[in-house]
Amino acid sequence: MTVDTRKGHPEAGRPLTLRGENLRRAWYRFSRHPMSVVGLVMVAAIILLAILAPYVTPYPKHAGAFVDYRNAGKPPSAAHWLGTDVFGRDILTRIIFAFRGALVMGIGVLVLVVPLGVVLGLIAGYAKGTLLETVIMRVTDVFLALPPLILALAVCAVMRPTLFNSMMAVCVSWWPWYTRLVYGMTSSVRNEFYVKAAELTGASRFHILFREILPNCIAPIFTKMTLDMGWVILTGASLSFVGLGEQPPKPALGTMVSDGAKYLPAQWWIAVFPAIAIMVVVLAFNLLGDGVKDMLATEEGS
Amino acid sequence: MDDKLVVIKDLHVWFRVFGGYLKVLNGVNFTVRAGEKVAIVGETGCGKTTTVKSILRILAPQAKVVRGEIFFKGEDVLKMRPPRLQHLRGSGASMIFQDPTAALNPVFTLGDQISEIIRYSGSRPEGSGAEIRQLAIKALREAMLPDPERMLDNYPFQLSGGMRQRACIAMALATPRELLIADEPTTNLDVTIQDQVLRLVKTLVVQRGMSLILITHSLGVARETSDRVYIMYAGSMVEAAPTGEIFERPLHPYTQGLLSCIPKLTGEGVAEGIPGRIPDYLNPPPGCRFEPRCPHATERCRRSKPEFARVGDGHEVACFLYY
Amino acid sequence: MGRELLRRIGLSIFVLFGLSILIFVIARVVPGDPARLALGPRAPEWAVQNLRLEMHLDKPIYEQYWLWLVGLVHGDLGKSLVTRRPVTADIREFLPATLEIVLLSALVMALGGISLGVLSAKYSNSWFDGVMRIVSYLGIVTPAFVWAIIFMLIFGYVFPLLPTTGRLSPGVSAPPTITGMMVLDSLLSGNLAKAWDAFLHLILPAVALAMGGLAQAARITRASMTDNMGKDYVAAETAYGIPFRRILTKYLLKPSLIPTVSVMALDIAALFGNAFLVELIFNYPGLSRYGIQAMLNKDLNAISAVIMVLGVVFVSVNIIIDIVVAYLDPRIGLAGRRNG
Repeated sequence: MTVDTRKGHPEAGRPLTLRGENLRRAWYRFSRHPMSVVGLVMVAAIILLAILAPYVTPYPKHAGAFVDYRNAGKPPSAAHWLGTDVFGRDILTRIIFAFRGALVMGIGVLVLVVPLGVVLGLIAGYAKGTLLETVIMRVTDVFLALPPLILALAVCAVMRPTLFNSMMAVCVSWWPWYTRLVYGMTSSVRNEFYVKAAELTGASRFHILFREILPNCIAPIFTKMTLDMGWVILTGASLSFVGLGEQPPKPALGTMVSDGAKYLPAQWWIAVFPAIAIMVVVLAFNLLGDGVKDMLATEEGS
Repeated sequence: MDDKLVVIKDLHVWFRVFGGYLKVLNGVNFTVRAGEKVAIVGETGCGKTTTVKSILRILAPQAKVVRGEIFFKGEDVLKMRPPRLQHLRGSGASMIFQDPTAALNPVFTLGDQISEIIRYSGSRPEGSGAEIRQLAIKALREAMLPDPERMLDNYPFQLSGGMRQRACIAMALATPRELLIADEPTTNLDVTIQDQVLRLVKTLVVQRGMSLILITHSLGVARETSDRVYIMYAGSMVEAAPTGEIFERPLHPYTQGLLSCIPKLTGEGVAEGIPGRIPDYLNPPPGCRFEPRCPHATERCRRSKPEFARVGDGHEVACFLYY
Repeated sequence: MGRELLRRIGLSIFVLFGLSILIFVIARVVPGDPARLALGPRAPEWAVQNLRLEMHLDKPIYEQYWLWLVGLVHGDLGKSLVTRRPVTADIREFLPATLEIVLLSALVMALGGISLGVLSAKYSNSWFDGVMRIVSYLGIVTPAFVWAIIFMLIFGYVFPLLPTTGRLSPGVSAPPTITGMMVLDSLLSGNLAKAWDAFLHLILPAVALAMGGLAQAARITRASMTDNMGKDYVAAETAYGIPFRRILTKYLLKPSLIPTVSVMALDIAALFGNAFLVELIFNYPGLSRYGIQAMLNKDLNAISAVIMVLGVVFVSVNIIIDIVVAYLDPRIGLAGRRNG
């Protein structure tokens, strides 16, 4: 057994830039764990399937209002790889269509939440000691007092159940996490010399925040975003499990699981396959996120 | 074997990195006798730390010993099984590091860490809590730490840099050993403290009749503290001699270059640097690694690597100029 | 430490205030008429009007908030529109049930996760570690309700070893209510058989809940331990001759637990959130199930009350975790947990 003493290791401390050699290097770091590549492939597959859903699924009409009671509740077979549900709809098709809603929720939430959260975090961290910081961080604390799922549930519960509303609900509960993350990093970085240098040369606050501080925080933000795709989708599935998301007949993964739960254990495929689909999506983004973390990690011993 | 404590023969150590291997150690030959104080002098990155870490086998997992042997009191260190290895670390040799802050576990008190060493690094845990506490206090006191009783309950973050290094010294010498390895122990300390700490190390080592391997990039420090000096360059030893001899009769061009870098107190002459850069460890030249910068380089130097050979009384050099 | 603690508590109270305002605003922002929504489209207008008055919906919003706050302080959280009982009574009945599960879950999560993490770190890069990595991945990405379904299938139908519904077996009467927690109450009243029965009912929901956090704890512990293994002080301790086993179980463990414990606060909070899914599947009468039904039925009083209660619980959990972290890492006062 050898003891790991990476400090002083010759490879330590390379800075992050994006140019040809460094891109190859970045790929090397990313692919160090083959599972990350698996994650990348899985995510790509999910996205492709979702975009091309009407063209790649065997029964695209089943994703809408469709009933065929003769075929209802059939176990997995050659015609229906994952079986059919109680309305006779092909489960595989519905799962792939459900990916659409899931991805839309993930991307939608992150697109809204990340800029807002990051900007607030930057401002709060930079304005440390002022009233502005206190206000921002206390409000953030209030939103952080509850785990995202519960807050999203509460918000969602008082609105009409639609995909859009459940997205809004998740947004409300998700933004503070980015603020807190960026706030922490900004406050520790704000006293570094390069920030002081920029201040002394009269750089505008915009420049300091976005050109000096932010680039140093990018890595954890990206990692979190990648991982969050999976978690947001999971939260969305939990919401639709209870009936608070995309409404029928449009397919949603959580709804499919809760509908199918009634028919356990006899017609297990109705609930189990959507559940596995949820797991696969979250797993894919998790693996990808690990790879992103490896790729962006540049400190010694990371 | 006679009184040779540590013998390193033709040690090659490679580090696995993106794009290949860094061939850091390129045939190191090194000997320390019982009771001897040896300094290894060389610039940053030449492999001094890697060499000594190999003795205790605490290299990073990316490091591979591709050739060579290391003996401690006649035993083959590289072939040691875990119990023997642990015995080596517990009562044979110990080490103090360059950065005392990183070398101390931040969430345990000094007392905790020292007691642990006293209790477990021997071949079996013995002694009652009170006895061990007394031994710990004694260790702290010998390292010249103020108020040792109170110090036991302090955490490392409560201490200054100099005190932390003293704490490390206390830990390294808390139990009887035969060898102390000091890897640039004063580089990270204030200048005023450096002298104190070096003196402390020297005193303690001499008191206990221990051997010392001191790594430094300063010739001055080497001169003050050691009996014999090894000069290291780019992965192997280039010269070794008793301390006085090295300064009076430097043989290897690199040593000569180093000495001429030092401004003389008497003010005569101008301090010169050594032109050129250290070699690329990924694709090092096949011959002498100093050849590109050497004023006396020949074709032979470029093609083959000189052996580390004896050229006089206790004086060894790796240079074709001398054979 | 005492002063820091007081400061934290003060801050937490402020946060709870903010939360109450937030929840109140959300609850009242319902498009549509809460009273009508609660009673349904077929209820007569006078009934709706009565309810509207009862809920003070005619008053301006800040007065509504004030009245609600006053009620809160007096322990009156209004009546549930669904159960028609005072919400406080509902909470007193359902909260301990969920607390029981969460406590057991947290224990399983912590002990299981940390042990597995330590073992993974010890045998890192062996087959055990490889298997653990895959298994813990699966554990993290599997939602709690899926675990619940899996357990229900396995233990309810394939190997019917453990009960899958309710808190006690049919025919077993409840112990006298002291804390509301079945196992505790049974033990306190000296009835071991009842306690065992209640405990069995807890196992499946609690473990299903714990799986995600367990896997997470295992991963973080392992990562933290391998990270710290690269630190100089481990090299130093090895060089001093401390045996590796000892380093692993003491000198590596303590600093490595810090990130794990910090994340646990979140995971324990998440337990409450995920509890509703598990409670639904196991038909377990807990607070989360009550809360979900309140939300689906737009039972505003109940929703607000449940959120507030959960808020208090989480804030307390956070404070407790912070105390533990401060013990583990003497460099941090109570002032701040290192946020990773």
